[in-house]
Amino acid sequence: MRHIISILLENEPGALSRVVGLFSQRNYNIESLTVAPTDDHTLSRLTITTVGDDRKIEQITKHLNKLVDVVKLVDLTEGAHIERELMLIKVKASGAQRDEVKRTADIFRGQIVDVTSTIYSIQLVGTSAKLDAFLAAISGVTILEVARTGVSGISRGEKVLSV
Amino acid sequence: MLIRALHDEGVEMIYGYPGGAVLHIYDAIFNQDKVEHILVRHEQAATHAADGYARATGRPGVVLVTSGPGATNAITGIATAFMDSIPMIVISGQVESSLIGSDGFQETDMVGISRPVVKHSFMVQNPEDIPMVVKKAFYIATTGRPGPVVIDIPKDVTDPKRKFPYSYPESVKLRSYSVPAKGHTGQIKKAVEILLAAKRPVLYTGGGVVQGEGSALLTELARTLGYPVTNTLMGLGAYPGSDKQFLGMLGMHGTYEANMAMHYSDVVLGIGARFDDRVTNTISKFCPGAKILHVDIDPASISKTVAADVPIVGSVTSVLEEMLELIRTSETQVDRQALELWWKQIEGWREKECLKVTPAQNDVIKPQQVIQCLYDITGGDAYVSSDVGQHQMFAAQYYPFDKPRRWINSGGLGTMGFGFPAAMGVQFAFPDAVSVCVTGEGSFQMNLQELATCLQYQLPIKIVCLNNQALGMVKQWQDMQYGGRYSHSTYSESLPDFVKLVEAYGHVGVKIEKFSDLKTKMAEAFALKDRLVFIDVMVDPMEHVYPMSIKGGAMKDMILSKTERT
Repeated sequence: MRHIISILLENEPGALSRVVGLFSQRNYNIESLTVAPTDDHTLSRLTITTVGDDRKIEQITKHLNKLVDVVKLVDLTEGAHIERELMLIKVKASGAQRDEVKRTADIFRGQIVDVTSTIYSIQLVGTSAKLDAFLAAISGVTILEVARTGVSGISRGEKVLSV
Repeated sequence: MLIRALHDEGVEMIYGYPGGAVLHIYDAIFNQDKVEHILVRHEQAATHAADGYARATGRPGVVLVTSGPGATNAITGIATAFMDSIPMIVISGQVESSLIGSDGFQETDMVGISRPVVKHSFMVQNPEDIPMVVKKAFYIATTGRPGPVVIDIPKDVTDPKRKFPYSYPESVKLRSYSVPAKGHTGQIKKAVEILLAAKRPVLYTGGGVVQGEGSALLTELARTLGYPVTNTLMGLGAYPGSDKQFLGMLGMHGTYEANMAMHYSDVVLGIGARFDDRVTNTISKFCPGAKILHVDIDPASISKTVAADVPIVGSVTSVLEEMLELIRTSETQVDRQALELWWKQIEGWREKECLKVTPAQNDVIKPQQVIQCLYDITGGDAYVSSDVGQHQMFAAQYYPFDKPRRWINSGGLGTMGFGFPAAMGVQFAFPDAVSVCVTGEGSFQMNLQELATCLQYQLPIKIVCLNNQALGMVKQWQDMQYGGRYSHSTYSESLPDFVKLVEAYGHVGVKIEKFSDLKTKMAEAFALKDRLVFIDVMVDPMEHVYPMSIKGGAMKDMILSKTERT
């Protein structure tokens, strides 16, 4: 099963490499990884999506917790949560396809953020599944470039990941 | 500043080797007499010596190496300590801050290269950070599940011209690092209930009991309950090896009775052991009828390989104390009748005498006989450091340790070349004790340069070399699984004359070739109390280590000799 693990990490040199190293060292898989400082400049927030059965995920969270630079973590998929990913996609948009791309982008609530006479650059935000669905929907169009941020997430309701 | 911080941390001794990036530190060492520096002959040996010191004393071993090759040479020793959870501080020099990343002379990314084999690491950015980094490093290395911590220091950070007001912090608190305190009382209660209701129990304990100073409590628990005890390779000595409740070591080369008892048990209490593959054999066939109670200070060790029915995260001493208290006040009593039947069954397995040694013909020496002889001569009370291979297993099987911290070996990583420098660390820690290194002619040649260190510091180590003129364990596997094709495991024509070799280093060498000479010559060697003696014992080269678990089987599946299996 796919899990989204959110981590508060000491914002120190080398801290990220310890997290990433742990995954390769123990043969765990990283599907996506996002990282940026939080409102507290001493902390970074990492969000990792990974796949594994309950036992593997338990080992992953235990080993992450053992890292001295990991302050706190939560497996968002254990409860109700919001996940978002941002995608920038550059497609060929000329002739009849130009309208088709625009319509599909509108349906997915995407925004065209850059335009040339033959190209659209579209910005789309949503769950990873929604971004995948958009890519499937425009499969007839020539895709020139895709840049996805990876998943970021937060728990629903009162639950908070903080120090 | 660094040396002062080490002294303030209570460090008496560091093992090291100088080089460009640590010259400021070496100059500071020259100008003081509080922290003694031991000059080894190779950085790997520095880490093993510090490791041996740590295992024998329980205090962290401290290593000082230079940047680049000094740092990389230390890696094997750091990994060895990491796998066996040994507290160690490794201080490595680094090129000047301004040169980092430029492929400067003797530059290597030590923090990066050591990352998978350390508990934590630091790169010191400013001189004024040194005291706090040292404090944190020792705190992390010695608490919780211990392990090695690296402190990488760029040369400019130790420049004596960069002065700052020094004060050593009294305590340290890290928001991202906490040490598990006591175990969960509810879980301990549950475990005790299961333990008392057991009909075929086994206490299976590992290195955590040694590291966590839990031997006395374990012994008390075992005696109170009357249950059988088995130790892992790392846990030997945690329970008295000569006690009648002790079944011997378990696992790949464990005793028949220990492995059979594990397989047929209904309750296994694992304490400070990690159910590793050398113990469990095939996981799916492991202890099919047993409830697993697992006590460990590291939550990640629990249910890593074998799922625990009752996991308890906590220090060995606190959990054992609580267990003992609960047992004392419990209304449920041990099922003596079932226990008696269980012991009867175990006695039946013991009658196999799986470790019985059949003397060889023609005055040939069996390696097991050498260990038995060593046990007799040292009264079973020596510190025995071992290298890795057949001799290691023979030592583990035939030298029953009654006290913890007497058996010093590389269990997890299996590092050849570990034993000799580790025996140095032991001797430095206890100058008057008998420090023995049991080795083979293969392992010994991996760190023999330390003969020079032993001369310099007059270390009277006794090296017992089980010389079978081959990489014995490799050869054994080639015998058993590769049709006897000895691919690169024999070298009898190119072995050095060890007696002359050690004499060249100013020590004493003895060669023993006949069984009839074994006792007298060994006794003579051990009588030379103030000299290092290398005892080169020519043993039966065809001998295998038995019992040996059968790959793909359960714990009950063992090869007992060249002709017998379970």
